[in-house]
Amino acid sequence: MTMHGPDKFGHWGRLGGRFVPEALVAALDELTKHYQSAAQDPEFAAELGELLNNYAGRPSRLYEAHRLSAQLGARVLLKREDLNHTGAHKINNVLGQVLLTKRMGKTRVIAETGAGQHGVATATAAALFGLECVVYMGEVDTQRQALNVARMQLLGARVIPVTSGSRTLKDAMNEAFRDWVSSVDHTHYVIGSASGPHPFPMMVRDLQLVIGKETRAQSQELLGALPDAVTACVGGGSNAIGMFHPFIDDSDVRMFGFEAAGEGVETGRHAATLTGGAPGVLHGTRSYVLQNADGQTVESHSISAGLDYPGVGPEHAWLHETKRVTYRPVTDRQAMEAFALLCRTEGIIPAIESAHAIAGTQQIIPELRAELGREPVVVICLSGRGDKDMETAAKYFGIIGQGE
Amino acid sequence: MNVQTAFDKAKAQNRAALIGYLPLGYPDVPGSIEAMQTMVAAGVDAVEIGIPYSDPVIDGPVIQNASQHALERGVRTKDVFAAVEAVVSAGAPALVMTYWNVIEQYGPEAFAADLSAAGGAGLIAPDLLPEEAQDWIAATDKHELDRVFLVAPSSTDERVAETAAACRGFVYATAVMGVTGARTQMSNAAPQLVPRVRAVTDLPVGVGLGVSTAEQAHAVAQYADGVIVGSALVRCLTEADSLQAGLVELRTLTSALAAGVRR
Repeated sequence: MTMHGPDKFGHWGRLGGRFVPEALVAALDELTKHYQSAAQDPEFAAELGELLNNYAGRPSRLYEAHRLSAQLGARVLLKREDLNHTGAHKINNVLGQVLLTKRMGKTRVIAETGAGQHGVATATAAALFGLECVVYMGEVDTQRQALNVARMQLLGARVIPVTSGSRTLKDAMNEAFRDWVSSVDHTHYVIGSASGPHPFPMMVRDLQLVIGKETRAQSQELLGALPDAVTACVGGGSNAIGMFHPFIDDSDVRMFGFEAAGEGVETGRHAATLTGGAPGVLHGTRSYVLQNADGQTVESHSISAGLDYPGVGPEHAWLHETKRVTYRPVTDRQAMEAFALLCRTEGIIPAIESAHAIAGTQQIIPELRAELGREPVVVICLSGRGDKDMETAAKYFGIIGQGE
Repeated sequence: MNVQTAFDKAKAQNRAALIGYLPLGYPDVPGSIEAMQTMVAAGVDAVEIGIPYSDPVIDGPVIQNASQHALERGVRTKDVFAAVEAVVSAGAPALVMTYWNVIEQYGPEAFAADLSAAGGAGLIAPDLLPEEAQDWIAATDKHELDRVFLVAPSSTDERVAETAAACRGFVYATAVMGVTGARTQMSNAAPQLVPRVRAVTDLPVGVGLGVSTAEQAHAVAQYADGVIVGSALVRCLTEADSLQAGLVELRTLTSALAAGVRR
């Protein structure tokens, strides 16, 4: 197997694969078959390309952030996934999967969502194609992301608050799997992360490759070269894998993924799966998991609902084990400081998820500068915008209702 | 004691075997063991002992809630071996049922060795497919344990054949496309699935998911070698005011189900 993987069973080494009830195998096989035929079909590519460009607003800009660069001591460019329709990179994947849903003749889509960005993207695409849509969302997340719940409902989706377990993203995913086992003949489960059973990690990655491919071409055009490093936040890891994958063979391009360290990895209240977890099986795939000695999943913690997940996509686990990508933890506090920094220097309010990538990049710049002996050039994937996070941010900074 | 013992006994009486599921640690570990022994005394031929797991994606609300309660009370994987010994000494084969990560973290070889030492029959892991089970197949071959994989109404004939070939003990046929839990209507998928399994294996075929009443047990016993009941038995315990009251309900339902497979 090459660095690119996976093999035909969805494995990267021992990672990935399928750990699901037999009842889902036929649907996963059907999905794999339709995905592979679509991937070879120029008509599918044309239809998806048209949607990405004219509906989602691609290509997203590669923006040179001059004032942020001055603050960070590096030449920093932002890949503006926050400017996509629905406000994040999630739409790239969803448009592809909804086209596949149509191709398979299915009429209903379900999704899990943490921050609500994937739920909103799925509800949006379902509205566009006239599909029935149900979104599972942990009850805790429906409260901290109330605006996104309203958006999904306006788009015609049913949002079901999940009250089992920790009432966050992992429990929403459990509930979506339970729905799917019962409805698989007419329903497609639109997984939003580059995780889950094969073919999802591969397929979601492929649908997000547009981020890294555009970045590559835009870097060549803007800089006449590839950047010294590309960075992204990692929850399940779909924006990161889309950004990283096209650079895997470019050995001069360093790659950094930033996980949510919550209150600090040492406190146990975090979501830094690769830093603080261990190999295991969760939600249909073998990857790294936050778990106790008995293999019971441990609750994750992060100020960012989109990173608050105790697992991570299997390809990230592979890139971690093979050391092609460096994964580092970023705390809530560091992320929120970077959030404020980007607001003030560039007039861009990022998603708190993406603020982790800004904070992490800030930390690695001195190392890059020392290694290169010059000012490094870094592309940060700005995966989403912060509108959904206004309440969390206002509370964090103590500015609710305090005009001058 | 392998599960074959239970199927042989039932076959000698010209009936299907009754297999009852209960989660370890509900309401607590000793209480759950007492409940399993009660079930054996009231007529189940084999017991499935569920090790609770934090993310049970194929379980409906009854087993989810009981599992979560057991985990909150601190149930551990290693507690299962005392339960296995108790069930075996009550006279029935004991199968462990849990999700794969629980076994992966214990270590497949270590788990097989300890389960075998406790006299256990084998394991059912509903999220482990034969193609991901190399380690488990090696461990169960070495320790001569049953390994039960699932087939579903959606499985192709090719997969039914491959899965049955990977099984030891029996083949678990899921009666419906769905999660565990009682259903008022039995599916018509199971009567079609069982003959497809029989066509490719001599192993007994057990049918589970959705069986809750004596009437349903009787109906399934007409075409399957084993009838598997879970949520309905668990509910006897979760809906009772005390363990003692729950055990009375459990005894009553088990006896009725046992009569159902004998009718």
